[in-house]
Amino acid sequence: MRSRRAEATPAPDGAGVRLDVAGLHAGYRDRVALEGVDLRVAAGERVGVIGPNGAGKSTLLKCVVGLVRPTRGVVQVEGQPAARRRGRVAYLPQRAQIDWDHPAQVRDVVAMGRYPHRGPVGRLRREDHEAIADALERVDLAGLARVRIAELSGGQQQRTFLARALAQQASVLLLDEPYAGLDAATARVIDRELATVALAGAAVVVVNHDLAGLHRRYDRLAVLSRRLIAAGPPGEVLRGDVLDDAYGRGAVVLAGPDAVPDPRDARSGDPQGPP
Amino acid sequence: MIALGGLLVEPVLQYGFMRAGLLAAVVVGLTCAVLSCLLVVRGQALLGDAISHAVLLGVVVGYLVGGELGVLGGALVVAVLTGAAIAYVTEHAPFRADTSMGVLFTVTFALGLAIMSVAQPRGIDLMHVLFGNVLGVSSADLWLTAVSGGLVLLVVLVGFRAFSLWSFDPVLARAMGMRTRAVEYLFTAMLSAAIVAALQTVGLILVVAMLVVPGATAAMLTSRLSSMMAVAGVVGLVSGVTGLYGSFHLDVASGPAIVLVAGACFLLAFLLAPRGVIGGVLRARARSRSTTADTGPSASAREEV
Repeated sequence: MRSRRAEATPAPDGAGVRLDVAGLHAGYRDRVALEGVDLRVAAGERVGVIGPNGAGKSTLLKCVVGLVRPTRGVVQVEGQPAARRRGRVAYLPQRAQIDWDHPAQVRDVVAMGRYPHRGPVGRLRREDHEAIADALERVDLAGLARVRIAELSGGQQQRTFLARALAQQASVLLLDEPYAGLDAATARVIDRELATVALAGAAVVVVNHDLAGLHRRYDRLAVLSRRLIAAGPPGEVLRGDVLDDAYGRGAVVLAGPDAVPDPRDARSGDPQGPP
Repeated sequence: MIALGGLLVEPVLQYGFMRAGLLAAVVVGLTCAVLSCLLVVRGQALLGDAISHAVLLGVVVGYLVGGELGVLGGALVVAVLTGAAIAYVTEHAPFRADTSMGVLFTVTFALGLAIMSVAQPRGIDLMHVLFGNVLGVSSADLWLTAVSGGLVLLVVLVGFRAFSLWSFDPVLARAMGMRTRAVEYLFTAMLSAAIVAALQTVGLILVVAMLVVPGATAAMLTSRLSSMMAVAGVVGLVSGVTGLYGSFHLDVASGPAIVLVAGACFLLAFLLAPRGVIGGVLRARARSRSTTADTGPSASAREEV
């Protein structure tokens, strides 16, 4: 039985660490959101962050990208202070305070992922256009590149944002509840592409509100409830006592390997079938 | 042909003020139009209104300190300071930015009027500042217009991708390391420069229209920010030039004439645009005639590829 001590250090021996969060405290005007959270994510790892509402999951991601300033603690990306590595982190906010009537086509939004590479001044180069085309291809949106974003379905909008994150070619990907309210096809595209970027050496951190599909999706889970309650492989972390700690006694009932059956796993219902 | 030449060319050849006015109208039309796109897509159509009020104080103080050459500097400084004050008040008071804007810009305007009524600077005519006076465009004014307008256009052109990201998704822009607060101040400064450029042709009151109408018109005709800016630029240009000629021949004040042409462009787009009134009626009729359920304009886009 693995120790439940709140220390999320698996194997990584410094060199392969892409994201290193140490002793992170953060809060808003009237409440504490995070208290001393440690989290290290190695290259190629996919980490799911779970926990109840208000557990600080989104705040954790926002601290990494600099949208929330930690009150204490250190965030390092690729061994450097995160502030010096902004462009190396791709961030997919919870969907989103975006005005979908904005005059932009799918390719324009994806092109924004190239901002860290090209800076504010100057034109996109060939490698940028290649990265954009590749990202569109990977999320199955190549045919909709010139469609105005207002015309997209919810799943297509989310894939557009995923493509933007892919086009950024970052070494750390942070996704805040990317699966919320999506169709099965889009969820599968996200699964597939996150697995691909992890395989290519990126560190992936996903905030997951529900407890579905965790075993399949993540190498490791971090259970957050202001503090890090537990961290480790899903099989070790998804236990009654851990979840009682995080969510309150009896709030979550575990049934089988996954806590909750995932409606998105019902592949037979999808006429297109898995890719 | 000759009659047309008489209408369009002769005034320019004969009257120096028409040459100056035309140049000013072109610069103002383009500059305000490009900024109006950013204002419209950011949902800040009335920010131009607010800043134009603050610019009065800048114009008065700048003129008192440095004469005609101080006007642009004064306007920039006051606009940026007021912008900073708005950010500060919004952060420390229990209401949103529109309220602090409403307070600070009107008070700034009042301060400008007060100083003006005390100092009574001889080079500034309040009526001309408020409503424009294209007949009185001096060569110094023209330089001021060209420099301020040219600077704004240059910044938008060079930093287009930054403005595009910032206007679409400021949160992501910050996450990618853009200093969005600085961009906001820059944008405020650009607005005030455009307003200074427009002082003589359309004046402080009606410049507000030029900071909304071209962008609103283009929004109905385009689906990308770049093409929106191009179309808005054309609308601004056409409004400026046509309005100026209309003003000359029909003896209408130049500011209102320019804005009325822009308004006519808007009306045309509103009626004729693919997503406009007439297009909507046609689509509705086509829908009711067809029997299949899903032939809406976006049906094809919604289909998985």
